[in-house]
Amino acid sequence: MAARNAGVDFDEAWIKNVYINLPAIKRRAETLGTRRGVKKQWQAAWQLRAVTCIDLTTLAGDDTPTNVSRLCYKAAHPVRRDLLKAMGMESAGITTGAVCVYPSRVADCKKAMSSLQAKINIASVATGFPTGQTPLKMRLAEIREAVQDGATEIDIVINRTMAIGGDWKGVYDEVRLMKEACGEAHMKTILATGELGSMVNVYRASMVCMMAGADFIKTSTGKEGVNATLPVSLVMLRAIRDYYEWTKFKVGFKPAGGIRTAKDACTWLVLMKEELGDEWTKPDLFRIGASSLLGDIERQLFHHVTGRYAAPWEVPMA
Amino acid sequence: MAATSAQSGASSSVRSIFETLSYGPVPDADNVAKAWLDDHCRQFGHFINGSWYKPEAGSQSQTQNPSTGEVLASVLEASEDDVNKAVTAAKEAFTSWSSLTPHVRARYLYSVARHVQKHQQLVSVMETLDSGRVMRESRDIEVPLVVRSVYHYAGWADVRDAEFKGFKPYGVVAVLPSFTRPLVSLTQRLCAALATGNTVVVCPSPTTPLSALLLVDICREAGLPAGVVNVVTDGRERDGMRRLVAHAHVDKVAFAGTTQVGRMLRQLVAGTGKSMSLELSGKSAMIVFENSDLDSVVEGVVDNIWSNQCQVNTAGSRLLVHEPVAERLARKLRQRLETVKVGDSLDKLSDIGALTCDWMPNVIEQFVDEARQEGAQIYQAAAGQSNRGWFYPPTLVVGAQAASRIVTEDFLGPVVALIPFRTAKEAIALANNSAYAMAASVWTESVTLAFEVGSLLQAGTVWINCHNVSDAAAGVGGGRLSGSGRTGGKRGVLEYMQLSSATPVKPNTVNVNMQTFGSSVAPRPSAPIPGAGDEKPAGEKNLSPYYDDTPITPPSTPTPRGEQPDFPRNGKRPDGQYSRPVQNAKGQVMGHVAEASRKDVRNAVEAAQKAVASWSKRAGHNRAQILFYLAENLQLRREELSAQLEALTGQAEGQGLQEVDLAIGRLFYWGAYCDKYGGTVQEVPFSGSVSEVNEAVGVIGIACPEACPLLGFVSLFAAAISRGNAVIAVPSEKYPLPALDLYQIFDTSDLPGGVVNILTGNSDHLTRFLCEHEDVQAVWYFGSAEGSKFVEYASAENMKRTWVNYGQERDFTDPVQGQGEEFLFHSTQPKTLWVPMGEIFAN
Repeated sequence: MAARNAGVDFDEAWIKNVYINLPAIKRRAETLGTRRGVKKQWQAAWQLRAVTCIDLTTLAGDDTPTNVSRLCYKAAHPVRRDLLKAMGMESAGITTGAVCVYPSRVADCKKAMSSLQAKINIASVATGFPTGQTPLKMRLAEIREAVQDGATEIDIVINRTMAIGGDWKGVYDEVRLMKEACGEAHMKTILATGELGSMVNVYRASMVCMMAGADFIKTSTGKEGVNATLPVSLVMLRAIRDYYEWTKFKVGFKPAGGIRTAKDACTWLVLMKEELGDEWTKPDLFRIGASSLLGDIERQLFHHVTGRYAAPWEVPMA
Repeated sequence: MAATSAQSGASSSVRSIFETLSYGPVPDADNVAKAWLDDHCRQFGHFINGSWYKPEAGSQSQTQNPSTGEVLASVLEASEDDVNKAVTAAKEAFTSWSSLTPHVRARYLYSVARHVQKHQQLVSVMETLDSGRVMRESRDIEVPLVVRSVYHYAGWADVRDAEFKGFKPYGVVAVLPSFTRPLVSLTQRLCAALATGNTVVVCPSPTTPLSALLLVDICREAGLPAGVVNVVTDGRERDGMRRLVAHAHVDKVAFAGTTQVGRMLRQLVAGTGKSMSLELSGKSAMIVFENSDLDSVVEGVVDNIWSNQCQVNTAGSRLLVHEPVAERLARKLRQRLETVKVGDSLDKLSDIGALTCDWMPNVIEQFVDEARQEGAQIYQAAAGQSNRGWFYPPTLVVGAQAASRIVTEDFLGPVVALIPFRTAKEAIALANNSAYAMAASVWTESVTLAFEVGSLLQAGTVWINCHNVSDAAAGVGGGRLSGSGRTGGKRGVLEYMQLSSATPVKPNTVNVNMQTFGSSVAPRPSAPIPGAGDEKPAGEKNLSPYYDDTPITPPSTPTPRGEQPDFPRNGKRPDGQYSRPVQNAKGQVMGHVAEASRKDVRNAVEAAQKAVASWSKRAGHNRAQILFYLAENLQLRREELSAQLEALTGQAEGQGLQEVDLAIGRLFYWGAYCDKYGGTVQEVPFSGSVSEVNEAVGVIGIACPEACPLLGFVSLFAAAISRGNAVIAVPSEKYPLPALDLYQIFDTSDLPGGVVNILTGNSDHLTRFLCEHEDVQAVWYFGSAEGSKFVEYASAENMKRTWVNYGQERDFTDPVQGQGEEFLFHSTQPKTLWVPMGEIFAN
């Protein structure tokens, strides 16, 4: 396990003279999925790896202990046992990377996990998710409460008002405070890339969050117009690479929003493997924020094992 | 699957892959392609007049799969008789094909496009099997480009008559596709030829003949009439290709391949009147500035060299990097090398497949070894797993100097040399310091810098922040040793057409001794020895070559008549200090002109090169002003010059005036064109802007026609300088005086020194040295059939562009022959500039 990112002092030089060429980024993104691919048992194994990287998520106004505990059960047993057995994976301890809920539902998760006797990370979004448009005092209090209730990971949103206005030191200072509030809990910083207006801003936001001590940088809340896209992610990964080169801290990456198919999940793993290397394909440095993805993966695994395409009712719902 | 079984059971279990997240093989099936080969019993004949033709006797050569060495099929070597049959079929088909309406030809091409589309996968696999290009590229880049090209040219077929008024097809076109990129290079040439009404004989390389054979099979299926496309296959020695090119009924040759072979072919057809389009080797540069997206540059290098085996002539094998970021980029490239995969070309995971020819890995290794010995650091990815095929690992060379062979010489392989530069000016100098001028790319986020560098690079294509992007609607083609002629775009279509008034050149019966032609000056033209006290005609002149703007003192020796000679202020004395008499039609000596020599050619080229740098960059409006002023000043001396013309040539009264007036008109005409041929926007499926800019060719040597001593000279030099070229003109050998008279007019019309240089003397002698001068970019020759042959032959050495008349008279008084598109074509060198756009994203 790599040392956690301790952060560094704000250094404006790291976000000056940033050059990003979006058409070139798009060309790379377009060919990632055509240059690499996996078939047969490789495909199944990669899909299982993707399962372990999922932050199984529900973020809805009508979340109640009922669906949250169902979600927790699915996180602990993401793939049918008979399918795992057929692939020789029943003892591999396959669970999702975490469950991800609103702060008020963290306690429900904690309760469900202990009754399941599962040690699965509980992630909570916080800081006025998804917009962050609440007073800083309250945003920080939200983090502390979630941690107190048992969250081991906090997904914060950055202050887009400051980012768009170019007040990067302001963004840094806030995230620094949020990091303190997280304490032992891992901090994922959501950049809301779809609201930043340019790839240069995406890079700056990535770098500022890492300087402020982010354990993960995350693309989006899932609530913006544009969420996790490959071009945006390439820019964020290159920022992670630069930060690692300069500080030797490894920061994780979490795309979220719009990742729904098993094929997509494999492409994201290809992206991680090709751009950052094998280390960044494991749940301690890679997560996928998703809710319906798991169902598709399970159906694909069903096909791999049985040779037949699954009906929706053949995989248990989350 | 061989590759799968090679994996041990344990390492390919789901459990172990889950732990390592390793890749497995993802091979594409080759069964359909092999079934097609089997349909032909893996033995191909020639395709002549709509059917397969297998002569009884005849040697064969085999084509192999570069990934495995497996023999795919055998093809015949075309004999004299085979070639004759194919050309005859094409010639016969030409009569009917060329008389179809454009729309009917378009429908045929459209049908071909539909059929190629139907067989996309088969075509992709075949190209990969035969050439070694990885499947991803065949499937995602090459074949879509082929389909796109056929549709695009089907469109040109339809609008041919509207877009190319006054032009007609050549007849039979020999298409010789590239051996490393056979499918695309064939399709684009084939379609351009067919769309314009030509018929075609293809002679593919024996290394990669299958795509041509498959394509012609698809054309047959699409219903293309018999004889319109024929294929003759060839042996390793390429005798078939030579026979085809030399065939008397082949009217045009379109070749893609190496400079060496291109030069040989040009010498072979010299003087025969065959048109040539040559796309040859390249050693292109990628220029990376400090304010560029370095990670995208890395992917640019991968796209352009480490994916397609660097086996295209536009590949940027010279990576010029701004000093402040050179080390950082080298580090990023070394890191990236670790994930570049070399392997079987049919495997979806291979970034680099096998090289096309078995000898290639050794050649590349020699270059790399030499660089290593010279102290360069070599970084390579892991080599291909297969030990059967012809692989070479992607390679980064750091520390090779600009003079190293690995930097200067073209060899086909996935090797890039990183060379640092200090300033933008130095980057441009380094990029242009090459025998080739195929393509280049500029990487910077500064639009101001990108456009400036793009305009200063000598290359047929310049990409900004990308490399090796292409499309049927965008022209491709090089300068210098990279050849001449374009593929793609409107200009690429024009390559396959000639003036409607053109008449066929007589078969090549001219014999020219290339060693001796023009090498020594012919004996001094004999002039009647004037009797004692004989009066010379009035206005005798002693004239010097004119190639500089340094004022020199007129010679102190007065003319016999004691009057001040009409000596131009800025003429130069000839190096040899000889002069020759000029006689009029009656044999009277009208004056003496300088006998220019090889050294005068050298001096004139120096002056012209100096002048062209700024002349070509002047605004068209400014050049127009000067040409209009020239016309105006010529107008003032209209009577005087016409009287002189009549006295010289003995033409009927009034004809001199007519010639002068036409010359004035022509100066106005070319003045008008100074700012009306800048280029076009290319309509390509690409987010951004693609334009073809018509740049100046450079320094053009012009041997003017004997007839129309004033109008011929004016028509040619004015066209050239109108488009920003500088000129070294050799005026009519017999009647040089009218051209020399323009000296004074040049002076009084603000024409900068060195833009037009005039060398008088023996035309063949001067032509020889113009052709043999490496820094003359083009030679136009309007003289004898012998001279035309010599010009084409000698110009093959440095691949300069030529425009010759094959000894046929050209009527410069006729506006169709004396001005127009053909002149613009020869006065310009296109450059395609690709500028991607798209900074805006999301909100």
